[in-house]
Amino acid sequence: MANFAKSHVPQFSMDVYQNEYLPEGGREVNAIVTVTSTGGGTVGSAAAPLYPRGQGPSAAVALMVDCSGSMDYPPTKMRNARDATAAAIDTLRDGTHFAVIGGTHVAKEVYPGGGRLAVADAATREQAKQALRRLSAGGGTAIGTWLRLADRLLNSADVTIRHGILLTDGRNEHESPEELRAALDACAGRFTCDARGVGTDWEVKEVTGIASALLGTADIVADPAGLAADFTQMMETAMGKEVADVSLRVWTPVGTTIRFVKQVAPTVEDLTARRTEAGPRAGDYPTGSWGDESRDYHLCVEVPAAGLGQEMLAARVSLVVPQADGSVQNLGAQGLVRAVWTDDMVASTSINPQVAHYTGQAELAQAIKQGLDLRKAGDFDGATAKLGRAVQLANASGNADTAKLLAKVVDVVDAATGTVRLKTKVAEADEMTLETRSTKTVRVKK
Amino acid sequence: MSQMPQQAALPKCPSCAEPVEPGDLFCGACGYDLSVVPEPPQDHPTLTMNGASGDGVDWPAPEPDRSGAPQAPHLPADLPGTDSGGTPLPEHGPGTDPHGHGSAPQPAGSGVRFDRPAEPEEYPLQAPDPRVADNPGNTAAPEEPAQVCVACRAGRVDSDGYCENCGHAQPRERDHVERESGPVAAVSDRGLRHHRNEDAFAVGHTALPDGTPAALAIVCDGVSSATRPDDASTAASQAAGDALLAALPRGTHPQTALHEAIVAAAQAVNALAEEPATAREHAPHQNAPACTIVGTVVTSGLLVVGWVGDSRVYWVPDDRSAPAARLTEDDSWAAQMVAAGLMSEAEAYADERAHAITGWLGADAYELEPHTASFKPDRSGVVVVCTDGLWNYAETAEEMSEVVPADAAERPLHSARVLVGHALDGGGHDNVTVAVVPFPAPPQGAGSA
Repeated sequence: MANFAKSHVPQFSMDVYQNEYLPEGGREVNAIVTVTSTGGGTVGSAAAPLYPRGQGPSAAVALMVDCSGSMDYPPTKMRNARDATAAAIDTLRDGTHFAVIGGTHVAKEVYPGGGRLAVADAATREQAKQALRRLSAGGGTAIGTWLRLADRLLNSADVTIRHGILLTDGRNEHESPEELRAALDACAGRFTCDARGVGTDWEVKEVTGIASALLGTADIVADPAGLAADFTQMMETAMGKEVADVSLRVWTPVGTTIRFVKQVAPTVEDLTARRTEAGPRAGDYPTGSWGDESRDYHLCVEVPAAGLGQEMLAARVSLVVPQADGSVQNLGAQGLVRAVWTDDMVASTSINPQVAHYTGQAELAQAIKQGLDLRKAGDFDGATAKLGRAVQLANASGNADTAKLLAKVVDVVDAATGTVRLKTKVAEADEMTLETRSTKTVRVKK
Repeated sequence: MSQMPQQAALPKCPSCAEPVEPGDLFCGACGYDLSVVPEPPQDHPTLTMNGASGDGVDWPAPEPDRSGAPQAPHLPADLPGTDSGGTPLPEHGPGTDPHGHGSAPQPAGSGVRFDRPAEPEEYPLQAPDPRVADNPGNTAAPEEPAQVCVACRAGRVDSDGYCENCGHAQPRERDHVERESGPVAAVSDRGLRHHRNEDAFAVGHTALPDGTPAALAIVCDGVSSATRPDDASTAASQAAGDALLAALPRGTHPQTALHEAIVAAAQAVNALAEEPATAREHAPHQNAPACTIVGTVVTSGLLVVGWVGDSRVYWVPDDRSAPAARLTEDDSWAAQMVAAGLMSEAEAYADERAHAITGWLGADAYELEPHTASFKPDRSGVVVVCTDGLWNYAETAEEMSEVVPADAAERPLHSARVLVGHALDGGGHDNVTVAVVPFPAPPQGAGSA
């Protein structure tokens, strides 16, 4: 049911999964909120598309390609990056604003230049690809400058969706971490950005940090030959976005504390600290831009204890989009998280399967991260324990992708009990892949 | 408005006639030790959770402050901003103060005593709502008075029935239901420990083909471990009540009619199992809705009872020297044990399985066996139809006859309230539903005199 009265915004729906029953004196309420948007998009939608084929909301895309000296070792890296960027440009929808930025210790406009954005059509695509041939490697890496230039260019056009794609092959060596942090803070909320690391000489935490701050995806492309396919897919996803700057608005009653708000699917992303106040007792958590997709959020609130038989609303979750005039548009969908105190032990002690599943997935991501950190620090016993727990969790929850990645880092003796041995030799690419993708979750089997 | 009579009835100091407040230990004017005066016996029972009594009470009303003095008003407008849905809250100007505190002098707070003789103040505790006082028609009120939360008395109530401030669910219509039909009255209450009322009842009166009156009452108790027990009890009581009101005027024998009514109720509950669960219900376990049923039909000479499950009927004669009796036999584990001679009654009811029911209405019931029985009492009395929420606190017929007021036949609604109050005073661990039916059915138009 596409609602044409509200064009440019797909239909959002929200489902809440929780066990609302608390024992006497119980205070912690957990809920999984599933947000699904349909009606606009490209794939898997039963509803009529919001936009005619080949069209979409106005969008601007900035492609940031690492041109530092290391990109020439091996030379195929630069060539593959060029080809991948060309493939991404070919995926651009006609009418999309775009720019290509070459990144070294400074940011250069490769195309179109002059602080402008080009509008995609056959001619500009060809010109852009010509410009790519002039890309050459040489210089350092200062990602903050690339992001600031992308921000300037993207915000020069009046468009709905602003998105960046960033490719790097090395560490951010030519600026301080604080400078990158400041650039990310300046760009957060102004555009979304996917980040990719090519090869194995880059820092996982930098790339995942960029994607996390700018609400995009992070991944590793260990083999430069895989870049073109990845870039095409990323651009397709970007072109499928319908609405930007969606915030999860959480209202809680007086006396409640929000323990955490996490995105738990498709990846784990803690949003708790990214709250902006939105009136009394309400706060907004950024979720970035949405196409046809579904995401899950884990909300944990602490409510004041009430007597048996009492019922209260622990949280009201809705979705809002800021408007030009400073107000917000409510996207209609809302979910109620309730608390009911009961002396029925069966009701109050059961854990909602969704909550249990995602609690496990969040622990899985945490265990991998800690395990790899311990391994790097030389604490092999600690690393074995953590990665063993990760294997156990991945096995129990059916997260096959993560289980496969773990199996490249540890020898699994018994997955059910989490008995593992650290591999003596681990390919760097495997370890980085596991670290980068540790936050990927699977949905609960229904 | 409904609070006013209570204020007029404030007790006075026995020494100086200064009005004293219920919690006072000493008179504020003369210092007389009030503890030496025995408190007048509280002859009115706990009727509702807010403690209000008498007819015409606006239920639900906020619980009256124990000190009798209003608290400083917290108003929604004290905290400007948006509601949880993102829409701005309506402004409450001083003139639209729902309590009228803003335009009246503040009375003394609870920590202040009157050190002066009582002032001839018309409204010593709370000024009337200025809109009501100045404008009896109340048509020009600038806005709808916002419904204020009963829990925190500060927040507005949103469209979902939760407070915009403290989040507490507001009392629902079903939390406390009272109904009268001719000579029959029934009261149902959520109790103190359950979050919703899963009991339901139906009361009615009609005339048999020969013109003699007939009264009926049906009481159902939803099975909490089933899905949507509240829907089950509503459907069953409605179906049974409607079936009786249709069958009795046609001349169907009351006992047959009651049997058929229970069958109709069972079908209504079975039908629920096919409907999808309501959107709010994310129950951990889904199973067929189920409830118990108990009903009575009273005519000028006949008293018929019918039941499935552990809800009960008691017979309490007006002349209390005559023995009272329980007229139903529970479909419960304990009753079966006792009936089979395997355990004594005391042993059986002490077992944790005692209250497991062995018969109910619902798609997953093994076999529907409605029990019916008819009696011809030789004297007048009342029939008490109730769920275990009451009889847990007055199990034997003797205990029940002690808590039924002496004038039960004349004031059935009052008696039903008294009985619900008895259960609440005892702890209110379950939903409580009581119907009181006088026997014999008084002739039509005779009234309650």
